[in-house]
Amino acid sequence: MTTLTINGTARTSASPSSTKLLDVLRDEFRLTGTRFGCGEEQCGACLVLVDGVPVQSCGREIGALAGRAVTTVEGLQAHPIIAALLAEQAGQCGYCLSGMVVAAAALLARNTSPTRGEIATALDAQLCRCGAHPRILRAVERAAVERAAVERAAGELRP
Amino acid sequence: MSDLPKSLADNPRLDRWLRFDAGRVQVSVGKVEIGQGISTALAQIAAEELDVSLARLAWRAGDTALAPDEGSTSSSLSIEIGGASLRLVCAEARALFLAEAARLLNAAPEELDVEDGAILRDGSQTGHDYWTLAPRVDLARDATGLAPVKPRSAHRIVGTSTPRRDLPQKLAGSGFVHDMVLPGMLHARVLRQPRPAATLAGVNEAAIARHGARLVRSGDFAAILAPTAAILAEAVQAARPRWDNCDTPDAAMAEAGWLASQPADIRTRGNEGTAPAGRSHTATYSRPYISHASLGPSCAIAHEHDGILEVWSHVQGVYPFRANAAGTLQRNPETIIVHHAHGPGCYGHNGADDAALDAAIIATLVPGTPVRVLWSRADEFAHAPAGTAMQTSLRAVLDEAGYPIDITATITSGVHVNRAPGRLLASRTLPNAQPLPPPAESSDPYPGAGTRNIVPYYDIPAVRYVHHLVAGTPIRTSALRGLGAVVNVFALESFLDELADLAGHDPVAYRLHMLSDPRARRLVERAATISNWASRGPAGTGIGLGLAFARYKNRSGYACVVAQVEVDREIRLRHIWCTADSGLAINPDGVRAQLEGGIIQAASMALKEQLRIDSTGTATRSWADYPILRFSEIPPIDIELMDEPDEPSLGMGECTMGPTAAAIANATAHALGLRLRDMPLTRERVMAVARG
Repeated sequence: MTTLTINGTARTSASPSSTKLLDVLRDEFRLTGTRFGCGEEQCGACLVLVDGVPVQSCGREIGALAGRAVTTVEGLQAHPIIAALLAEQAGQCGYCLSGMVVAAAALLARNTSPTRGEIATALDAQLCRCGAHPRILRAVERAAVERAAVERAAGELRP
Repeated sequence: MSDLPKSLADNPRLDRWLRFDAGRVQVSVGKVEIGQGISTALAQIAAEELDVSLARLAWRAGDTALAPDEGSTSSSLSIEIGGASLRLVCAEARALFLAEAARLLNAAPEELDVEDGAILRDGSQTGHDYWTLAPRVDLARDATGLAPVKPRSAHRIVGTSTPRRDLPQKLAGSGFVHDMVLPGMLHARVLRQPRPAATLAGVNEAAIARHGARLVRSGDFAAILAPTAAILAEAVQAARPRWDNCDTPDAAMAEAGWLASQPADIRTRGNEGTAPAGRSHTATYSRPYISHASLGPSCAIAHEHDGILEVWSHVQGVYPFRANAAGTLQRNPETIIVHHAHGPGCYGHNGADDAALDAAIIATLVPGTPVRVLWSRADEFAHAPAGTAMQTSLRAVLDEAGYPIDITATITSGVHVNRAPGRLLASRTLPNAQPLPPPAESSDPYPGAGTRNIVPYYDIPAVRYVHHLVAGTPIRTSALRGLGAVVNVFALESFLDELADLAGHDPVAYRLHMLSDPRARRLVERAATISNWASRGPAGTGIGLGLAFARYKNRSGYACVVAQVEVDREIRLRHIWCTADSGLAINPDGVRAQLEGGIIQAASMALKEQLRIDSTGTATRSWADYPILRFSEIPPIDIELMDEPDEPSLGMGECTMGPTAAAIANATAHALGLRLRDMPLTRERVMAVARG
C-alpha cells in the first residue's frame, strides 16, 4: 500500500511497490491521460510532475513515491497551456500532447516568459512524430502570455 | 452510376451514410481519423451540404457493422474520394428532404431553403425540419449522384479553418484505443517470432504461472495473458521462449545497395526502345529501411462472444483488416466486427493490423474474455512493417542546352504495399498457415507504389523505367507515407539540380524551362520569391539553399519546398519555406498542419533515420537506436498555401515528403559544393564526401 497525492487528492495504491507509476495511474486509477510510449524513459509521453518536477512515470516505482504529490495532465486541465494548444491546433494524432502539457507547465512554473529557444530546450526530450513542433512551441509562448495576463489582472485586483 | 466516386459507387445506399434522429445527423464514413484531421474536414463537407451546424453531427468512422466500406484510409484519397462521396450523399439527402417539404407545403423546391436542418420558405420557418420529415423521406435508396452540390460561392463551413473536433478529448486525457477498458479484460502479449520462419521450441510456462499469468498456444503462436499490464510485463520477461529455425541476417542487409544483389521481378514501362546516343549524366540515389515510429506502440482489444469476434483497433481499414482476419482464422467475415478506435499517428501501414490480429487470435483462444494487446516499443521498431529500402538510378540524355530529352530510371525496391491476407505477423505462426505467394505490386506509373512519381512532372520527351521488385527483403516492408514517391522525388529533384549545375543554369530557371503546368510554375516562382532565392550565393560556402518540387502522384497535391541548411560536418536546418496548391482547401489550417508535419517528418528521415540489422534481425529496438528530429532541431517553417478554391480538392497529406528530402539534399550540395545521394544525410556521409 502506498499513499500519495494525485492531482490534489490523497490516493492509496494497492499495487506492489515495484509497480511503475505509469501503470498505477493508468490501470489502477484509470487516469489514462498519462500515455505509454516506450517504457524506457526515452519519449516523454508519460511525463508527470512529482512535487512539481517533471519525471517520466514509466521509470518510477510507486513504492518510492509515498507522501509525494503527483500531477498528471488531468490535474492540469485549467492550466493555460491546454487552451493554448487548442488555440494553436497544436496536435495531429495527439498522443504526445499529455507529455507536452506537463513539460510546458513545469517550464512555465520556473520561467514565466521563456524564449523560443528556452521552450525548445525544455521540450527537447519530448518526442513528437507527427511534426506538430512549431505549433506546440507557439502554444507554449501563447500560454506564457495568457498566464502573465491573468497574473497581472489578479495583481490589479489586489487592494 | 460508374461516374460516382469509388466510395459511393461501392456503398450507394444513402442510409449507409446518413441517419436523422432526435435533432442529430448520424454520419457514418469509412475514412478514419489517424491524426490527419480527416474527421473534421469531412464533417465540414457534410455540414455544408446539409446546411446543419457542425454541432448536430454525430460521427462514426470505420465500423464493419455500421459504416460504409471505403477500404483503407491511405494514399491521400480521403478528401478526393471519401469527401467527394460524402458531398454527393449529403446534397442528395438535402434535395430529397426539400422535395418532400415542397410537396407538403405545396411549394416549389426553389422557394425553400434549409437553415441548421430547419426548412424555410422565403426565409421564414415552415414548422418542418429534417427530423420531422425523416419518417417520410426514405433514404434506403441508392444515390444517383445527380443532386447539385453547392457552388463555391455558397460555402460557409467548407474553406474555413474549423478546429479539430477530436483534440479536446485527447487533451483531456482519453480518446485512444489504449485508454479503453472492457469489464474482465485481460492484458496480453504475443511471444514474437524473432525471424519469419522461426518455430517455437519451448517456453518457461512455470515461470509465467508463478507471476500470476498464463500461456495460450496454437502452433507457433504463443501469447501470455495477465490481469494487469504490470504482471504481464513481468511474465513476458520470465517467459524465455526458445526459437528454432532462425535465419541470421547481417548488418550489410540494412543498406539499400544490398537489394541490387538480390533476385528481382523486373518490369519495364514507359517509352519503348533504348535511349538515344548523346551526352548523358547518370546518378544513383537511395534510402534505407525506415520505421513508421509511431509514438505509441500498436494496441488492440478483441472479444469473442456470442459467436461474434469483436475487435477495436487503430487500423487504417476496418474492412480490409476483417477480410484479412477472416482468412487467417478461417471463419465467415460476417462473424467478425471491427470498430476503428483512435491511435497514435501511423503514417502508413505500421503495426496496427498485426496487433489487431494478435488480439483477435488470442480472443478466439479465450472465448468470453476481452483481451487487450499492447506492443512493446522494441516490438514496434523490430516487428512492425517498415518503409522499404530503395534505390533509384537515373540516366539522362541531354540536348545541346543541357536539358534532358530522354530519361531512363531504374528502381530497385522491396514492396511498398503489403496488406494481402496471410501477411500479418501472427498469420504465419498458426497451425493452418499457408505458404505465401510472392508479394504483388503494380509497376504502373499511377498511382504506383515503388514507381510512384518516377515519371517527372516536367516536359521531358521520353521517359522509361525499369522496376526491380525484390521479394526477399530482410525486414517485412509495407506502406510508409509517400511510398516510392519519397525516394523517386528525392532522386529526380536531386538529379535536376545536378543537370542544372552541369549546364550552368540556375536550378529554378532550369525547372521552369521544363514546367508547363501554370499551377506548378506559380508555386516554384513563389517559393523562390519568399525564400529570397535571387540572393542565393555561390556553392561551397557552408550555407546552402535548395529547392524541390513535385505533384504527388502527378495528379494530387502540389508542393514546392525550399530548404536553407548550414553544414559543418553535420547538417543543420536553418529555414524551410513551402508553397502548396491543394485545389479547394476544405480546412486550410488542417492542410497547413499536414504540410508542416510532412516537412518535419521527411526532414527527420532525410537527416537521421535508418533501421539497423544484426544477426538477430532488426537491431533497432528503442528511441536510443532511432533518433528522430527534436524541438531544438526544428527550423522556422513558412508555409504559403496557394489554394485554388474553384479547382477540385487534392489530397495533401503526403505531397511534401519527397520535395522536402530533395530540397535538403540540394541545399546540402549547394552548401558543400558536393553531392550526397544516400539518405540519411548523416555526419559520416558528409565527412566521407568531403574527404572525396
